[in-house]
Amino acid sequence: MASFAALAALLLAPLPSLAQAQPAPAPEQVATAPSSASASSAAHQSTLANGLTLIVLPDRRAPTALQMLWVRAGSMDEVDGQSGLAHVVEHMLFKGTPTVPEGEISRLVAAMGGRDNAFVSRDVTSFHQQIPAARLPDVMRLEADRFAHNTWPDDAFWREMQVIKEERRQMVEESAQARMFEVFMASAWLAHPYRRPIVGWMSDLLSLQPDDARAFYQRWYVPGNAALVVVGDVDVAQVRAWAERYFGAIPARAVPERKPQTEPEQRGTRRIEYIGRTDRPLLVMGYKVPQLAHPDATDAASTDALALLLLAGVLDGHSAARLERQLVQGAVGRRVAQEVSASFGYLGRGPQLFLLSGTPAPGVSPAELEAALVAEIARVAREGVSEAELRRVRNQWLAAEVFQRDSLFAQARLLGSYWAQGWPVDSSERLMRRLSAVTPQQVQAVAARHFSPQRLTVGLLLPEQAP
Amino acid sequence: MKTLGLRCGPWAVILGAMWLALAVPGAAQAAPAIEHWVQPSGARVHLVQTAALPMLDVQIDLDAGSRRDPAPQAGLAQTTAALLRAGVQAHGERAALDENALAEAWADLGAQFSASATRDRLSLRLRTLTQPDLLQATQDLLAQQLAAPAFAAPVWQRERQRWVARWQQGQTEPEVLAEQLLHAAVYGAHPYGQQARPETWAAIEAEHARAFWQRHAQACSARVTLVGAISRERADALVRELLAGWQGHGCTALPPVPEVQALAQGRLIEQPFAVAQTQILIGQPGLARRDPDFLAFMVANQILGGSGFSSRLMQEVRERRGLTYDIHSRFVPGRHAGAFVVATTTQPQRAAQALALVQEEIRRFVADGPTQAEMEHAQAALINGFGLRLDSNRELLQEVAALAWHDLPLDDLQTWGARVAALERAQVHRALQRVLQPERMVTVVFGGPAP
Repeated sequence: MASFAALAALLLAPLPSLAQAQPAPAPEQVATAPSSASASSAAHQSTLANGLTLIVLPDRRAPTALQMLWVRAGSMDEVDGQSGLAHVVEHMLFKGTPTVPEGEISRLVAAMGGRDNAFVSRDVTSFHQQIPAARLPDVMRLEADRFAHNTWPDDAFWREMQVIKEERRQMVEESAQARMFEVFMASAWLAHPYRRPIVGWMSDLLSLQPDDARAFYQRWYVPGNAALVVVGDVDVAQVRAWAERYFGAIPARAVPERKPQTEPEQRGTRRIEYIGRTDRPLLVMGYKVPQLAHPDATDAASTDALALLLLAGVLDGHSAARLERQLVQGAVGRRVAQEVSASFGYLGRGPQLFLLSGTPAPGVSPAELEAALVAEIARVAREGVSEAELRRVRNQWLAAEVFQRDSLFAQARLLGSYWAQGWPVDSSERLMRRLSAVTPQQVQAVAARHFSPQRLTVGLLLPEQAP
Repeated sequence: MKTLGLRCGPWAVILGAMWLALAVPGAAQAAPAIEHWVQPSGARVHLVQTAALPMLDVQIDLDAGSRRDPAPQAGLAQTTAALLRAGVQAHGERAALDENALAEAWADLGAQFSASATRDRLSLRLRTLTQPDLLQATQDLLAQQLAAPAFAAPVWQRERQRWVARWQQGQTEPEVLAEQLLHAAVYGAHPYGQQARPETWAAIEAEHARAFWQRHAQACSARVTLVGAISRERADALVRELLAGWQGHGCTALPPVPEVQALAQGRLIEQPFAVAQTQILIGQPGLARRDPDFLAFMVANQILGGSGFSSRLMQEVRERRGLTYDIHSRFVPGRHAGAFVVATTTQPQRAAQALALVQEEIRRFVADGPTQAEMEHAQAALINGFGLRLDSNRELLQEVAALAWHDLPLDDLQTWGARVAALERAQVHRALQRVLQPERMVTVVFGGPAP
């Protein structure tokens, strides 16, 4: 089934034309923010005896509920020669248990009036069901069953591998942009497993064996490596009791050792080209920048990462932000780009890139667009940013935090993502407090400090030339 | 206009929110309380008060979708919608704002405004916090924008260039090209089939968008839907202020639009193209939202290919044979009969096998109808899933706005479960046979070797 959301989020969303810096901030008293209780701080986190984490957030607006089971195992937990395996295992979780036949879980959830799906990212695998709240114990029982007892014959594996190869063809091979981005990531990272595509290289998909999938499942699907997130019209104590009953019986097992696979320092620009079926060039620039260790971390790298988040907002937070105004509208004197974007992913178990990307305007070369993007960073480093620019970005994030609480799915996804990082459930508030304290001088300083060409990887998609 | 059907591709998350929502037998149908009134201007207002979150969603729907485009200016409705963000003129005591000042004003408020045109509707959407001072400031800004959009010519010159570039990029993408071929063949000369192209954008100037706006932005035919933390009195005042600038636009009836013509014969369109996957699309006109068979056909589509993993097409084509990652059926019930489409992709070497299988499944389904077990499963899923359809302000807005747009009874949502439960297999089969003619469908096979 389907890693729809994650493939969209991580194979497609990271595509430069779609990338947006959209941190998920928290409600707080700043200028225009409403004085409302924050959503995430109302979440309750606890741990079962076998090590499984339980996070429950009551939201009683409607008689519905959402269950999301998170496993801290994504494509970064694969090894070479087995790329795509986390995603394959996610598909196989729909192939049954000794008591629930293949496909039955989706049929049962549908009959309840529910929807179910799953996704895989570089960092995690997540399974979810939205159901009428009264059916929550039923889906908890089903989810616990397949977490502990997923079993299928080889035949089911071979059939599903056909589907997964079609998925790769549809999502990656048919898209020149996606294929360029695959090569870009494989070049930006040498030692770190983020270099592998989530869906896997085709050669690996052709050689994976049923026992590879069984071994990955055995290794990583252990209670101490998982979290159950429940959001909706539920009672915290009741959900805890159900979790004890259905998940508590799963025996504790050791969480496997993880190798650090630390990326060595980059000392020089890397450039790749991909020639593909496209009408126009696409430029992607990725800088290795510091990462936020924890919402409360005050080390230099974490402090700089917070300022980088605001920098991305100042560059590309709305349709009158700097990149759009300067490069697309042509405030620099002429139009340089048709589309342009900046983004910084602060959530991730591995290292993150600050991405700048764009498509050149007619008559503009990719090199000129690259120079113009670099010049905008340099301008921030030289002239700084205004307090009004920062306030505008923060006000949007504050309002977006309230808007996000309209969606059970968005709330559960955020809570699961924080857990995957080892962050607390109220990380949104903590982050927004930190972001509110970032000064224009700090934003200027990170623009000056972290955009060295030595730490840059450039990807360029170019059209095929007519023969 | 809304696409029905769960698509098991990357869009599943978006479309999935639509129609799978329902009812443990015996569960109460907690439909929202909809307040409805008509303002002196003629604007029809629908309000659902939800107090839990300090936010408000507003949608204003105008009879200004692309079906109103003059054929040589296909794309005019979308141009008009886009240019609403291209700055505002001075209005009352408020100064003019260029496109950037306008965007900054929205960002400062943390509020979101969008305008878009589909085949039927030009939709204006607002999402804002409801703190009184913020709400007032948002109201003032949007009222100015709706009363005095600048339709700035330089902005259109630039945006047109970007749209043409995006269109040219689309001409390298099999999915886009295949859809273009299908829609042209299904709709023929009907306005639903009009597709904007560089030469039709070239025929549009900013002044055309202004004239289109003044002709179609009429309070007397507008539907305004509000969902959020707002009283009826405040909502009424808000809507009056937002539409106040349209008094000068008058209220003259728009010409009727003809119905989509049924296809006279089947047609196979094969297009060679170097691809990783062959795109297979099979379609024909479906039915209008107010068609008496709408509900029965919706259930039929659910069973055939509109319900994700339990649908027939998914089971036969993906789960049993591994021919594809994504196969679904969908239909677009607008004021006219939007297209019914079955879509899938597969590696070129297996395209012939997939096509034959899909055609046979459609033929068999129309000939034999759903089984009793399929009927019961689909009805349970729909009825039990009703609550999931309405568990956020965003979804409530979409459902109530659709109800308003199609002039459905106010209790349409309350009675929906009972009406689905009352459907019988024979009734669904009759609707299926009335709407679908497998021998007269358009088939597009895009890319790869001919089957």
